Amino acid sequence: MSTFVNLLVYGLADGAILALAALGFVLIYKATAVINFAQGEFLLVGAYAFYTAFGLLGLPFIPAVLVGVLVAIALGVLVERLILRPMIGEQPISIIMVTIGLSMLLRSVVQMFYGVQPKSQPSILPTGSVSLLGATVPVNRLLVIVIAAIVLSAFSVFFNKSRHGIAMRAVADDQQAAMTMGISVSRIFALAWVLAAVSALIGGILLGDITAVDQNLAAFGLMVFPVVILGGLDSVPGTIVGGLTIGLLKQFVSGYLDPGLATVIPYIVLVLILLVRPYGLFGETRIERV
Amino acid sequence: MAATSTGIHHRSYTSELRLRATPSEYVRLGLVAAALVLAPFVLDNYWLSIANAILIAVIGAVGLNILVGYTGQISLGQGGFLAVGAYSSAILAERYSVPVPLAIIGAVILTAVIGTFFGLPGLRLKGLYLAIATLASQQIIEFVIRRWAWLTDGKGYINVSRLELFGYRIPRSSFEQKWYWILLVLTVVAVVAARNIFRTGVGRSFMAVRDQDIAAEAIGVNVTRAKLTAFAVSSAFVGLAGALMAHYTETVTWEAFTLNVSITYLAMIIVGGLGSIAGAVFGAVFMSLLPVLIRTLADRAEGSVPFLADQLPAVQNAIFGLVVILFLIIEPRGLNRLWERIKEYVRFWPFRY
Repeated sequence: MSTFVNLLVYGLADGAILALAALGFVLIYKATAVINFAQGEFLLVGAYAFYTAFGLLGLPFIPAVLVGVLVAIALGVLVERLILRPMIGEQPISIIMVTIGLSMLLRSVVQMFYGVQPKSQPSILPTGSVSLLGATVPVNRLLVIVIAAIVLSAFSVFFNKSRHGIAMRAVADDQQAAMTMGISVSRIFALAWVLAAVSALIGGILLGDITAVDQNLAAFGLMVFPVVILGGLDSVPGTIVGGLTIGLLKQFVSGYLDPGLATVIPYIVLVLILLVRPYGLFGETRIERV
Repeated sequence: MAATSTGIHHRSYTSELRLRATPSEYVRLGLVAAALVLAPFVLDNYWLSIANAILIAVIGAVGLNILVGYTGQISLGQGGFLAVGAYSSAILAERYSVPVPLAIIGAVILTAVIGTFFGLPGLRLKGLYLAIATLASQQIIEFVIRRWAWLTDGKGYINVSRLELFGYRIPRSSFEQKWYWILLVLTVVAVVAARNIFRTGVGRSFMAVRDQDIAAEAIGVNVTRAKLTAFAVSSAFVGLAGALMAHYTETVTWEAFTLNVSITYLAMIIVGGLGSIAGAVFGAVFMSLLPVLIRTLADRAEGSVPFLADQLPAVQNAIFGLVVILFLIIEPRGLNRLWERIKEYVRFWPFRY
């Protein structure tokens, strides 16, 4: 029982961070129809930006987060303006490849400046542990779940209530109709990239705090694909369900069966989903078939 | 047939079907052939080993371009298919003492079969869904070759013995030279074969599927068969490249077949030019030479810019990513298109166009 509760908490924490990473991915896909292979690198850049401000420069927590947000916004705007905008209208392979190139560029630039050694920074979340249903679980994992839940609900409120959120949904639904209503589609594209970078920043800070700030953070990026395929490529609630499912699945397989198998099980799920229901659990059934 | 400054005008169908139409094309072919034949006498062992790696990469890139560039099926599983070719050839040759040429043929056939199997999702999926499906097959194949102890007898790698052809064993002293001739012959055969596939009905059905699959179906192309054939043909080339890698490098480990390898090959055909055999060749040469040139430059500049030498792998990857991005933004049709533009410039000179 105690193993079960432990795996449950670890799985939910992993899943919550995966959901944050996947949220950015889905935002970009929904608004701009771009598959972003650099999502993991957004996490990486966010975590290192925060580490620089918090761990290296010794800024207090709130200003350090603000620095991270500024870096994320700059990253999102620059990537959209310089790289993705010239690619509008290109075939999918080119767009996939340009984001792969971007991911290699970002990862190597981070490596050039910070090296490959894991960085330690003062922990943000309390590190103690509490007993829960007979198991000892670390407090920071529980808090990660709570924080991710708050952030994800804030994003949902933003989409449903705010002016910009509604504009984003309009663009995702029909670009031309949105344009005729006076919505600036290019501004929305930039906004999607910025929000993706910011949600990745939050994911990166949390992940860096419960593990370590190092190059492995980028590996989280590939795990986004099983999540979004399971949840549906264009569904925001899907990222939460998908993220939590994949996070739990990984932890349970790793705990009860085999840690090696845990790295590949999400991809097996991915293939099964693609064969049975390619649009995922909540995605729009608009997939092109032949 | 006449080649004038307004372009090449064919006067008969036979002249239009020829691979090379103008005398200058034959002259260029002759120059390239001469350079390839002279290379082993001019280059030292270090550069010959790079040339050998490039020749293998050319076969792999041509194979990938058949699938991605000509048939429009995006594949991130190249590393996995290379692994199938390498492992099967190494196991056939080492454990079952099959003669190497037969082992390579066996590996080619097996890779074609497995490639076709992993092409099955391609029948239902398109574009980015297919990319994600092949990403999954790459991860699954990578997992299998890492964890299946039977493949390597539990050692984690396979040692392949020195190549022996019909009782002749390649001597250590002229290892690179001998391999250069073997690889050159095989690469030329592979490139010519690939070039000719697209002058047949099968090859043209691949292109029809890429350009408009529904229209292709409407004019009587069997889309299912065309796609699966494309996966089989492409995987056969890739399997050949993998098998040659195994026998040339003489070790097979899973590290040589990761997702990064798939990405490198995709970068080759994109930088070279999607949907052209010449583009695949240009791309393979360019992307293989790029890290070598950066390393050479870094060695030269070691004294003045220590940063460059310390961070060499990161610098190489950064430039790799940058080159891919710049090519896609500035010249999405790749080196092949640049080369055509140069040719046009010369032909139309002194006019602009």
